[in-house]
Amino acid sequence: MLGFLKNPVVVTAEINLSLVALTVMGLMSRLWGLSYPRAVVFDEVYYGQFVSLYMKRIFFVDDSGPPLGHMLLALGGYLGGFDGNFLWNRIGAEYSMNVPVCSLRFLPALAGALCIPLAYQILVELHFSHCAALGAALLILLENSLITQSRFMLLESILIFFILLAVLSYLKFYNLQRHSSFSGRWCFWLLLTGVACSCAVGVKYMGLFTYMLLLAIAGLHFWHMLGDRTLSNVSLVCHFLARGLALLVIPVAMYLSFFYVHLALLYRSGPHDQIMTSAFQASLEGGLARITQGQPLEVAYGSQITLRNVLGKPMQCWLHSHTNTYPIRYENGRGSSHQQQVTCYPFKDVNNWWIVKDPGMQQLVVSNPPRPVRHGHIVQLVHGITTRYLNTHDVAAPLSPHSQEVSCYIDYNISMPAQNLWRVKKSESAGRPVSILPPRSDTEHKYSSSALDWITMDTNIAYWLHPTSGAQIHLLGNVCTWASANVAAVVYTCLSLWYLIRRRRKIYDIPEDAWQLWVSAGQICVGGWVVNYLPFFLMEKTLFLYHYLPALTFQILLIPIVLQHLSDHLCRSLLSKSMFSALVVAWFSSVCFAYRTFSPVTYGEPLSVAELKDLRWKDSWNILIRKQGR
Amino acid sequence: MPAAGGGRAGPGPLRQRGTRRLQGTPPASPLSPRPPAGRRAALGLVTLLSFASRFHRLPEPPHVCWDETHFGKMGSYYINRTFFFDVHPPLGKMLIGLAGYLSGYDGTFPFQKPGDRYEQHNYMGMRGFCAFLGSCLVPFAYLTVLELSKSLPAALLTAFILIFDTGCITLSQYILLDPILMFFLMGAVLSMVKCNSCADRPFSASWWLWLSLTGVNLAGAMGVKFVGLFVVLLVGLNTINDLWDLLGNLNLSLVTFGKHFLARVLCLILLPLTLYMAMFAVHFAVLNKSGPGDGFFSSAFQSQLIGNNLHNVSIPEQDGYPLSCHCDPYPGGLCRGEGIYTYLHKDLNNLWIIKKHDSDADSSSPVEFVRHGDIIRLEHKETSRNLHSHQHEAPLTRKHFQVTGYGINGTGDSNDFWRIEVVGRRAGRLIKVLRSKIRLTHVATGCILGSSGKTLPKWGWEQVEVTCTPYVKETPNSLWNFEDHINPKLPNISLDVLKPSFVEILLESHMVMIRGNSGLKPKDNEVTSKPWHWPINYQGLRFSGVNETDYRVYLLGNPVVWWLNLFTIGLYLLIAISTAVALKRGVQLTSEHKGELSRVVLCGGGQVALGWLLHYLPFFMMGRVLYFHHYFPAMLFSSMLTGKYWMLGEGEAETRVKFHYSKMLFSGAAVSLNFYLFHPLSYGMIGPMASDPSSPMAGLRWMDSWEF
Repeated sequence: MLGFLKNPVVVTAEINLSLVALTVMGLMSRLWGLSYPRAVVFDEVYYGQFVSLYMKRIFFVDDSGPPLGHMLLALGGYLGGFDGNFLWNRIGAEYSMNVPVCSLRFLPALAGALCIPLAYQILVELHFSHCAALGAALLILLENSLITQSRFMLLESILIFFILLAVLSYLKFYNLQRHSSFSGRWCFWLLLTGVACSCAVGVKYMGLFTYMLLLAIAGLHFWHMLGDRTLSNVSLVCHFLARGLALLVIPVAMYLSFFYVHLALLYRSGPHDQIMTSAFQASLEGGLARITQGQPLEVAYGSQITLRNVLGKPMQCWLHSHTNTYPIRYENGRGSSHQQQVTCYPFKDVNNWWIVKDPGMQQLVVSNPPRPVRHGHIVQLVHGITTRYLNTHDVAAPLSPHSQEVSCYIDYNISMPAQNLWRVKKSESAGRPVSILPPRSDTEHKYSSSALDWITMDTNIAYWLHPTSGAQIHLLGNVCTWASANVAAVVYTCLSLWYLIRRRRKIYDIPEDAWQLWVSAGQICVGGWVVNYLPFFLMEKTLFLYHYLPALTFQILLIPIVLQHLSDHLCRSLLSKSMFSALVVAWFSSVCFAYRTFSPVTYGEPLSVAELKDLRWKDSWNILIRKQGR
Repeated sequence: MPAAGGGRAGPGPLRQRGTRRLQGTPPASPLSPRPPAGRRAALGLVTLLSFASRFHRLPEPPHVCWDETHFGKMGSYYINRTFFFDVHPPLGKMLIGLAGYLSGYDGTFPFQKPGDRYEQHNYMGMRGFCAFLGSCLVPFAYLTVLELSKSLPAALLTAFILIFDTGCITLSQYILLDPILMFFLMGAVLSMVKCNSCADRPFSASWWLWLSLTGVNLAGAMGVKFVGLFVVLLVGLNTINDLWDLLGNLNLSLVTFGKHFLARVLCLILLPLTLYMAMFAVHFAVLNKSGPGDGFFSSAFQSQLIGNNLHNVSIPEQDGYPLSCHCDPYPGGLCRGEGIYTYLHKDLNNLWIIKKHDSDADSSSPVEFVRHGDIIRLEHKETSRNLHSHQHEAPLTRKHFQVTGYGINGTGDSNDFWRIEVVGRRAGRLIKVLRSKIRLTHVATGCILGSSGKTLPKWGWEQVEVTCTPYVKETPNSLWNFEDHINPKLPNISLDVLKPSFVEILLESHMVMIRGNSGLKPKDNEVTSKPWHWPINYQGLRFSGVNETDYRVYLLGNPVVWWLNLFTIGLYLLIAISTAVALKRGVQLTSEHKGELSRVVLCGGGQVALGWLLHYLPFFMMGRVLYFHHYFPAMLFSSMLTGKYWMLGEGEAETRVKFHYSKMLFSGAAVSLNFYLFHPLSYGMIGPMASDPSSPMAGLRWMDSWEF
């Protein structure tokens, strides 16, 4: 009974103190002075609207991305007790007292801070040394652009967090693969990969690129497993199904669930109702539901109806008619029927009402019991106010000459017969809601940039400017890190090509396992950079520097990989090794120096004009310098 | 999946000879691969049928059909030597023009719109030329498949499919670029395949011949349409794969490998590039008269065209104070209209006087030259007001600043100062007319003078809005050049001095073509053909005629052929994946089967399937307007795949050979029967629509989306 007392109760905990220290430093760098500036910063003006709508439970659709990211931001607001009452209309506007700035910004900052231990772990899982892992984490820690982006109510840091989490879980899963397939941990990491991927996609569609990359790598690894003759066919099928379930089925299900939660949370009618179908609008509280309440469900002969164009594009409108007639001749000389006009009217109006009539009966009254109108029936539509029939005939329509004109038939006693029978066809498809929201920003924006500017960081974005002092916040990277990341990518590519060609001629410069490490690290880091960067060249939307941050994160991870490889395999003698280490230390201190230099514009410390001018290292940077003597 | 026939260099020839012996044909000597008589007869038959089907009723209908209105017109431009602009490279239209010229067409038919009757004009030369190239596709495909699969029934089936495809026939019978493009494309593929089969005797005469023919055909394909880029990619991938194999062959010394490498660089890069540039040289040499395409090009280029306002004029070269000049936006896609407007109306209101910002230079002072970085004032010559900008929003583009004329008799304020900068120059350099692309920066607000491309309403005479954009971006809209330049104190030069070099013209025309291509956007609510429609033959294209009384031609594939192709692609994917998995899993197979599977399914088939993918998938990513006929290059590849796979596994036994021939005859018969049913689509029909039972197409409208 008391058997457990026989042995001492032992808790062995292994704590990687450097990892803990890194995490603490990360939290400090991201969370320090989070509520400063107490003003709307850059895209907060955009995301804030959605947070407010969530708080008020008002329905909206964001056409630029899926809802998870907005929901997470709103969660911050919810935890901070935000009531949603703030007018998000201008960048730089002071927050009123009811806005819990700190808790709104907390989640992105936390996600940004957690990227640092994730980077450390990824390098460890790629089988690189503790030192390289430390380097990667420090570089992420000291990257000004990532800090800036994390400290505000923006989505990129959350996206990067999920991307890195997905990569790390996949690597953990893959490393467990060899020894303990189908163990609990194996399953956990596999599932976490899928979950993190779907969260990344749910935050921003950009996450799709990393998801595709991981799918491709998983496919490649599975292809190698196929060649393994020791595995039976049955176990291969099991492996295949497990991967399919975790990496395809679960992400899709989770992605759908985000939308389910979104719709479940937002039950009040709001500004974007009109882009949805009438049926959906009727389900929202306070919208169309107020009108449709108590209406009969089925249309019968004699019903009075309004007809709304399902597409709602370019604007929603209802079938309408009024006593005015088409002009006898149009400006371009074509003739018309001079019948009563039928139009599509974007406002609710008494002239939008029509009565459904059975062509075989003379009266309009609803028969008792009412006869419902069915798919394929032939009906006439009588305009309620003017009691004229909806008619069409072989006369060209006013603006689209290849279509027939639609009018309300006035009997002029001419030879033109009334063609006023219409067949009701029910369309089975529910009608995809089409977004009519104006695009988020014009194609031209003061700080928009092209994808090519990003590698060299020829551009920056001013996020916030203090109205009186010179304090300002810019999205500006650590120049040193960006340059070395580019160098690392070039070195990696050149070395790989060199090794590949030499290996083809059966010359092996590095041992086989080192080569495998090199390749798998490249798959993740160079692959991640490529898939997150190159697609932007094909995109036609407005691009900003922050779109590059996920790609940059992968590129930064490559730096310690290349450095370790160089020191392990190219520096043969002890002397050259120590020389190399000295160089690395010097380089790292320059990274720290660049971080220190640009930290005022990262954290928004007040600066004098001279200091600002000193910071303008590149002519293309747009640092706001107040003119003297104003 | 290997991109293209791997393992050729080492064991390839052996295996090839081995399989030939199994087929019962005598082992061909590697130096004189002479086709047996049966194959030659088959080739003859196929060619004959192909020509017969393409030339049948070629003159019908005797009016302009569909895009003939563009390409016929451009052929006429070549004959008349007037300069024009098109989004495609020039080779195809030059060949059409040449064919017309040789057949006695004088270039006088206007080709205004589809349906115009040709009357006495000789259009048969141009149509015949296109039909000739279109007919060559069939023997090309036949030879390619024969080379890849070494199977006569497979090659014959491919040929029959292409001969009896109504779509291919229709597309070959008119003055279009597609038959020319497909000719070069198939030519490139055939030469590539032939060259691959010569891999066992590199640097022999036939190897050089096929390699350089590949290069020539690539240049041809690129020179007709930019879609030719896809076949360049296909050949490029094949070459990389080839070189990779050679590199892995340790029997070859690095010197030999270097030779291989250089031979390919020479034949597949340098040769096509030279030919491609030569085409443009001919294009610009032939078109030396001003025409409808002038406005797309820069002023310096236009000065070379006979009949253009800028031709043979002489103006001072460097700009000095004071002077007047006529500013005109550097032509970009957007301000094209404005450009043309200014050439047509030599308007005095376009003249501005350049003055220094701080002093009024009088007419007696010596000439001073304007340099890069100078701060100037621009005074409008007619009204003596300065070009001025301030922080008021522009009339149409709200985010930009308004630009106005301000001040009286040249006295204004500091908002009239502009810094003049030349793109890509350093400070202090002189500014030259026509050639310097300049940017005018407003000194006070830092914004840049540009045209927004939006047309002003009536009060602005429907001219193009000029704004000052605060977004410092390098766009063609904010670049200007001096065009007219009047300064009595400076010596005039002839514009020949400014003649742009050939390379500059070449680059410029490519920029214009790329802009033009990406400008072909579908309009809102316009129904365009979607790439997924194409393989299922969902909807055709009306070439001619709409109503019952018209002579109607409808571009639509032979449904049996197209659906068979579609089915084969699915089947191929299945076979390829299962083969690859089986090989990877090490399933016990006889070595003969293994060899055959990996050779035919993965290598040869992979090459053709890759061709299909490369010619089809990119269309999903294109934003421009797409049409059904864009699929035809891909369709050629999928037809070759069909031919190969329906005849897969041709065995050694006599009975199996018979089985294959009967299978081939059966599918050939199905295809030709269906062709008989659908032939009115390509050869034209008059009479009631398909819904009427007396129509030739009655009962054949199998899909509602077919419009005949």
